[in-house]
Amino acid sequence: MQTTTAAPVARAPGDAAGAGRRRKRAGGRSRRRALAGLGYAAPTAAVVGLLFLVPLVLVVWMSLHHWPLLGNPTFNAPKNYTDVAHNTLVATAAWFTVKYTVVTTVVLFTISFGLALMVQHPRPGVGLLRTAFFLPAAVGFATASLLFLGFLSSAIGPVNPVLEHLGLINAPVDWITGSPGGALASTVTLVTWRFAGFNMLILLTGLQAIPVELYEAARMDGCSRWQTLRRITIPLLRPTIALVLIVMTTGSLLAFDQFYILTKGGPDDSTTSVVMVIVREAFVRFDLGSSAALSVLVLLVLLVLNVVQLSFLRRREEK
Amino acid sequence: MRTTNRTRMRRLRTALGAVVAALSLALAAACSSGGSAQAGGGPTSGVTITMWTRAGTQSQTQALIDAYNASHSNHVVLTVYPNEQYPAKIASAAGAHALPDIFTSDVVFAPNYVSQGLWADVTDQFDALPFKNDVVPSFIKAGTSNGRLYAVPHALDLSVLYYNKALYRQAGLDPSKPPTTLAQYAAQARTVAKLGGQIHGSYEGGNCGGCVEFTVWPSIWADGGQVMNSGGTQSYIDSPQAQAVFQIYRGMFADGTMAPGAKQEDGTTWLGALQSGDIGIAPGPFSWYPLLLQKGLDMGVAPIPGVNGGSSTFIGGDVAGISSTSSHEAAAWDFLSWTLGDQAQVNVIAKDHEVIARTDLAQNQYALADPNVVTVNGLLAKGQTPYALNFNATYNDPQSPWTTTLRGALFGPDLTQALSSGQTAITASLQQQ
Repeated sequence: MQTTTAAPVARAPGDAAGAGRRRKRAGGRSRRRALAGLGYAAPTAAVVGLLFLVPLVLVVWMSLHHWPLLGNPTFNAPKNYTDVAHNTLVATAAWFTVKYTVVTTVVLFTISFGLALMVQHPRPGVGLLRTAFFLPAAVGFATASLLFLGFLSSAIGPVNPVLEHLGLINAPVDWITGSPGGALASTVTLVTWRFAGFNMLILLTGLQAIPVELYEAARMDGCSRWQTLRRITIPLLRPTIALVLIVMTTGSLLAFDQFYILTKGGPDDSTTSVVMVIVREAFVRFDLGSSAALSVLVLLVLLVLNVVQLSFLRRREEK
Repeated sequence: MRTTNRTRMRRLRTALGAVVAALSLALAAACSSGGSAQAGGGPTSGVTITMWTRAGTQSQTQALIDAYNASHSNHVVLTVYPNEQYPAKIASAAGAHALPDIFTSDVVFAPNYVSQGLWADVTDQFDALPFKNDVVPSFIKAGTSNGRLYAVPHALDLSVLYYNKALYRQAGLDPSKPPTTLAQYAAQARTVAKLGGQIHGSYEGGNCGGCVEFTVWPSIWADGGQVMNSGGTQSYIDSPQAQAVFQIYRGMFADGTMAPGAKQEDGTTWLGALQSGDIGIAPGPFSWYPLLLQKGLDMGVAPIPGVNGGSSTFIGGDVAGISSTSSHEAAAWDFLSWTLGDQAQVNVIAKDHEVIARTDLAQNQYALADPNVVTVNGLLAKGQTPYALNFNATYNDPQSPWTTTLRGALFGPDLTQALSSGQTAITASLQQQ
């Protein structure tokens, strides 16, 4: 920096050598700084490289090959990608995954946001409610799925007898495999029960970051509850809402456990998610190349979706 | 700035070069150890042999291992995985070159593992066994490719009809007269269902491809039909025999003769339903016979009949092979060949009321002491083990075309249409490369 800003008007012959030495010293300092910077970044770079970049490159590499469980892979690009177009299960699964993502995101967000608003202000009993709403998040997702499988079972589950006792149904209902709608509703209920409390907590942290003075001022100005929600809460909560929506959308597009355990993708493939097809290609059909190609495509879709979501959010923030 | 950019580019190139070099090394290492091996290497005694199996046949495998470990200097260590997760575990372990010395497989999945080169060639060792011609042939076919043998029978499991004699007496049926046609089976189930309360006529895995093929296909075979060609590349499920068999099952589901849980049964609570003692008559695997006896149930065992009489069975169960990546082939073969010998077959397997893998030992003292075992041993000659390379993806997987077909055939609006479109979809899956 110094060598470029302090240029002498007239240079004596000896000054050129001095300037060179200064440049060298400055160069040495900047190299040391660069090295120190590299040193600081190295652990993260190593972790990202090992756990993200290498597997990513490997998956892309696999997707270009016929890759047997044992033995030598053979290059077959772009067959694994073109085969995806002929796989009818992929089309069914993609459409279902989109439908599931929309339904789950809307239901889960509405309920999470409602719960967060309900327990936003400290009142007697609010601590108990917050704990109760958050409690399902402490149950493992696979365990929660098995719990619902047991609850909703026509053979051993308590849901049918209770509903029959209350007179709400006449005969036992086959919730999980009876119809595609029932299977989807069962899964959305499970996901909402399991994740609403957790998302409520994230939204609650955003809500509590809004200064109380703003609400007081709104009250003094005679704002209704609806106006306060529309003009203060939602605008100031936008970054938190965006985060929650991105997490919900990504999580839903990558849904696997709940379908694998609860519905097994049925009835008649109606609840088969895209990730289930990836797993089937790899571990049932042993077609690792095709499985890798599908994974790359899903990654690209997620990438585009997240870029769109983030850019939309940033534009709104700039406005 | 230009200098800085060039430096950055150089660093980036160096870093990318390093990543590519590392990947190439890893790939070269991964690729170099593939392919099938010939069994026979490594020490034969004092070896710890690792073995994997699925929960379904665990008890028989464990009994064999306990007897072998007690009498040999080798030590077999068993790891058991849940049935549904087992194929995925094998696949991921194979990809990581982390298979155990021996692993078992459902016999119907064996052709695929053989084609993937996961097992070592044991043809020469097997040919040296004095009883090689008496080992159950359909299992040998499943473990053979291009005339070479890669897996041997390990645990046989046949599909049979179980009927609860106590419920038969309550319902006024004669417990010494089990059904001899599929129509009689349905009629007897309906008679038991009339007892009401918690009692139901029958049970089936209505959401389980593996369960239905195991229990319904024998009726089709008994009537002279086939479910696919011998090479496993063409489905014949759209046949008059299959239509007649499914028609009877549809009726039992439609009028509530089947227990409510049967429609959504994916195989996980099937045993529990039979053990409850509330089911009149239902098909199931014979390997559950000891487990039903343990519950104090007075169970009769009968062959699965066809619509017009006759009988057959699905000869299922597991085969076992030595991993092509194992370095203990000789010791592993010592164990596998011992499991097929007279001592293991009679004093371990037959003693535990299980089905043996040797036709020459069928008349052993344990089998003769239990009429149900005699019934089942008699079925061995009539049964079939279907063969197809893409068996799991086509039939057993929940997303298989067979699962869609059977649900359409049992619960859909049109049985004929379900079987017709099912045959097309199943054939396409069987032929998928």
